[in-house]
Amino acid sequence: MTHKLVVDCSTGVTTEVELTAEEIAQREADAVAFAAIKAAEKAAAEAKAEAKASAEAKLAALGLTAEEIAALNK
Amino acid sequence: MATTYKAIATVTLSSGGAASIDFTSIPQIYTDLVLKISGRLSTNDNYYSMKINGSLVNFSNRSLLGNGSTAGSENWVDNYNIIAERADSTANTFGNAEVYIPNYAGSANKSLSIDSVTENNATGAICFLNASLWAGTAAITALGIRNITGGNIAQHSTATLYGIKNS
Repeated sequence: MTHKLVVDCSTGVTTEVELTAEEIAQREADAVAFAAIKAAEKAAAEAKAEAKASAEAKLAALGLTAEEIAALNK
Repeated sequence: MATTYKAIATVTLSSGGAASIDFTSIPQIYTDLVLKISGRLSTNDNYYSMKINGSLVNFSNRSLLGNGSTAGSENWVDNYNIIAERADSTANTFGNAEVYIPNYAGSANKSLSIDSVTENNATGAICFLNASLWAGTAAITALGIRNITGGNIAQHSTATLYGIKNS
């Protein structure tokens, strides 16, 4: 069973408490939501990197040097 | 350390760790609260989520983050605003975090200054700074952290809650 650690600051007593069904459900839902957020962030970063590489390739095809392309990024 | 800095409670996780650490019945006799954490997660991600008075919502953040390869800033809304060491980091390393909460017993929304770092002995180590807000007017009587990815906070992690008086 999964438990949480509850520290009662008025007494200093620490207690291991089993998670309720509601807490377990909330925990699982939050983990799924967090994974979705992180996956979206990763996809956005990959798309941005791909767009950047594509743009740099097109600039190179137009005859810009690597130094000139790098200067555009600053 | 200032003489007005008092450790209210501290906890160290034993074998197996725990899903969360919750400080309850926080005394209302201080001006500010400070939560210091030395922590590692049982899963391969870096984030704790924060819970205030049992609430997981109404958080907003302005962040600065560097991770060894990129640096950035962001305004965002959620409660996973503290980082820990992840399970696949260098063995026996623990991330460090401090959460400073001024005027926690007041009736205004609560501001939080949060700084946290990982200790991973590799290029991919993180520094995460947050100016955060919890939009709640109730005095803070309970404060908790948990592993956002559904795993545990690992054994040997510690958390200490301090109270600070202004005189």
